Amino acid sequence: MSEWTSVCGYADLLPERGACALLGSEQVALFRTFDGRLYATGNRDPYSGAYVLSRGIVGTRNGEPTVASPMHKQVFSLVTGACLDDPATFIPIFPIRVSSGMVEVSVL
Amino acid sequence: MTRVVVVGHGPSAHRLVESLRGFAGSITIVGEEPRPAYDRVALTSYLAGKTAEDLTYPVPEGVTLRLGSRVTGIDRAARTVITADGEISEYDVLVLATGSAPFVPPVPGKDLAGCFVYRTIEDLDAIRAAAATATAGIVVGGGLLGLEAADALRGLGLETHVVEMSPWLMPRQVDEGGGAVLRDHVERLGLTVHAGAGVKEIAGPDRVTGLVKPDGEVIPAQIVVFSAGIRPRDELARASGLAVGERGGIVVDEGMRTSDPSIYAIGECALVGGQIYGLVGPCFTMAEVAADRIMGGTSGFSGADLSTKLKLLGVAVAQFGQMSGALDVTYMDPVGGVYKKLFVSDDARTLLGGICVGDAGPYDTLRPYVGKPLPGLPSDLLFTGGVTLDLPDDAQVCSCNNVTAGTVRGAVLDKALTDVPGIKACTRAGSTCGSCVPLLKQILVKSGVPVSKALCEHFTQSRAELFEIVQVRAITTFTQLIEEHGSGRGCDICKPAVASILASLHNTHVLDGEQAALQDTNDHFLANIQKNGTYSVVPRIPGGEITPDKLIVIGEVARDFGLYTKITGGQRIDLFGARVEQLPQIWRRLVDAGFESGHAYGKALRTVKSCVGSTWCRYGVQDSAALAIMLETRYRGLRSPHKLKSAVSGCARECAEARSKDFGVIATENGWNLYVCGNGGFKPRHADLLVSDVDTDTLIRTIDRFLMFYIRTADRLQRTSAWLEAMDGGLDHLRDVIVHDSLGLCADLDAQIERHVAGYFDEWRATLDDPDKLRRFTSFVNAPGVPDPSISFVTERDQIRPVGVSS
Repeated sequence: MSEWTSVCGYADLLPERGACALLGSEQVALFRTFDGRLYATGNRDPYSGAYVLSRGIVGTRNGEPTVASPMHKQVFSLVTGACLDDPATFIPIFPIRVSSGMVEVSVL
Repeated sequence: MTRVVVVGHGPSAHRLVESLRGFAGSITIVGEEPRPAYDRVALTSYLAGKTAEDLTYPVPEGVTLRLGSRVTGIDRAARTVITADGEISEYDVLVLATGSAPFVPPVPGKDLAGCFVYRTIEDLDAIRAAAATATAGIVVGGGLLGLEAADALRGLGLETHVVEMSPWLMPRQVDEGGGAVLRDHVERLGLTVHAGAGVKEIAGPDRVTGLVKPDGEVIPAQIVVFSAGIRPRDELARASGLAVGERGGIVVDEGMRTSDPSIYAIGECALVGGQIYGLVGPCFTMAEVAADRIMGGTSGFSGADLSTKLKLLGVAVAQFGQMSGALDVTYMDPVGGVYKKLFVSDDARTLLGGICVGDAGPYDTLRPYVGKPLPGLPSDLLFTGGVTLDLPDDAQVCSCNNVTAGTVRGAVLDKALTDVPGIKACTRAGSTCGSCVPLLKQILVKSGVPVSKALCEHFTQSRAELFEIVQVRAITTFTQLIEEHGSGRGCDICKPAVASILASLHNTHVLDGEQAALQDTNDHFLANIQKNGTYSVVPRIPGGEITPDKLIVIGEVARDFGLYTKITGGQRIDLFGARVEQLPQIWRRLVDAGFESGHAYGKALRTVKSCVGSTWCRYGVQDSAALAIMLETRYRGLRSPHKLKSAVSGCARECAEARSKDFGVIATENGWNLYVCGNGGFKPRHADLLVSDVDTDTLIRTIDRFLMFYIRTADRLQRTSAWLEAMDGGLDHLRDVIVHDSLGLCADLDAQIERHVAGYFDEWRATLDDPDKLRRFTSFVNAPGVPDPSISFVTERDQIRPVGVSS
């Protein structure tokens, strides 16, 4: 069962730049890639413990959309949440969608 | 315990004690000069502004050094040496490294005031002092050292003449045809060459007034420098009954042992295989052989490669192998000033040697093939500048340190080396004169080391190539660049690199449009991220000079926002602990008080540190603070491959530590010395002197070009020190490009810097004026006013410190 929460307008997200939403005590990093797709992950960088992933550089690795931690540059897949430099480490992935021009995420 | 006594402290003695590292006995050096051994090859740079300390070799630990002390006798029976002041030292092993003395031909007037030789720092001091009141100088001797001396006289502002007995210059390195091309080069610089001319006498009753040639012609001058060859200093050996050669030199065997088995001789004083060697490479090898023998080894000296490659008076001259052969192939371009000749065996299959003037290309590629089958047609080989050839394992790559291609290859494989600095550190190859660096690069490539120049998986080009593409094709966006010249959508490597290139070339705001998405978090928030996700703020304080009122504003801002403050190493103040939504409020206050961005977050000019200079300091000779402020203001906001640090010192005491900076300026009595490519940090490097005693305008023009050339050609995140280390031709090449405009780039570099200076704006002020840009500064897109709950602080020493973030 998903419970969708509206967090911002689609246009509030800039291409290839993240933003962060606060949902209760959960920090969710939101990303809009160059092709217009949306992804949502946890905002916490598991390596440094700081809540900063939404401020990383968005790009691709072998075609897979990624974000690099701004702290020490580990690269995470936006699709699976796996750290591509260290596949044993994951960040959480959340469902995200656009509904009537608004971005909605589900953290349940 | 074995007691080794070394007589003489020149480069050979230095290499000997260096090679004796780990030796269990005691080592004592008795040197006649007042200072420890220094790099005589670089002697001329002393007149160009290097200090004696710059040239001095470090003395290895545990060595006893007695300077200014001349050994006058050896008692071989008692195994002692005695000095002029009567001090006696006992030895088990004695090494004579007494060097040579310049040969002064026995002509009338040779001892007049104004006559000099060119060998020691003291000689150069005397020449410099005499040059202050002279207008013309003559060098007797047109060989390698003679032309060095002529370059020095020219550099001292004298009308310069070279008198050479042979019909052409540098007769030991080039033949008649090469000599003619060389002479053209030298005369174009304004020097007068008198070839095929002897010296009848030096004129002048008390002081030199000129030189009289055998035909009676008088060359008026106040200074004469004799540089007509060397004579081995064998007088001590001779007096103690050691065997010496008919024409001088201490006779040694291949283990560098003299006729007394407990006495060795090395360097220019030694006669080995019937020959005296005056080049540093063979002398170093002798030192290493002697050191090995002293420690029980069996190595031997079996002759040396006398190949030479050097740049004299701006012209490349190189010679390798023999200077004759059954057949030769010559290329001569008198207009372009190029002469190249190869000597081959009568069957045209074996390379015997070669001569190059004006273009030393064949030297680099062909020298290792001497005595080996020719790797191609001789006429093609004269133009092998860019061709890569497979070097045989026994081919000598570095003649200064006697390193073969096989040794370099072995080190590359065993130690998994990936770059030239690694090879230098491991094998010493390339660490003396640097002329073999292109060969070392080739070996790396041929060894299968993946020296890919690709920036990342999205671009096969290097950063320098991308810079060219962006510039030539006038590309203004990352999307255009990656769609036309790359693949995918970029990453944390290529995006900031391209952002930096765009910023260097176009002067636009780093947060404009699509560019904002390329920036690292620091550039994106125009602040420095810290370990808990907060940011620090550094306002620019040019030259470290600040008024009390502005100091108070910084204090008030820090207090009002509860920030931790610390003085930085770059003479400014860092304010820590700001959340992203606080950054615009903090900067509103700072901008209103007249502060600008300090770009501490950018790969850009950071600070130009300074001392107070002549305004306040009783030692200062120039106004260093004013210059630092001017430089920092000129280059503020200039984006570059990596951060740039600078400093200006008002006198030689160097309080601003300019020589640890990317570009550092030190005041002199006559102007400024500019040092470049220094670094502190992980791998400290003293900056190299680029130009000396220049006026402020020349200084700024040179720095302009230095910075822009670095920005255009460096790799991503390559500091200036690593950039220079990797540059073919090193400092000389850099100087050629930005001082002598050898690539014809300078007008372009000048224009680019002018555009930067004219287009500068404060990016924090511009951000505050733009609501679109300000929207980024929120912690939460769905709760703009809410501070990040993960950030918290405790108090320590009356200031905040982040609470350890859990991991």
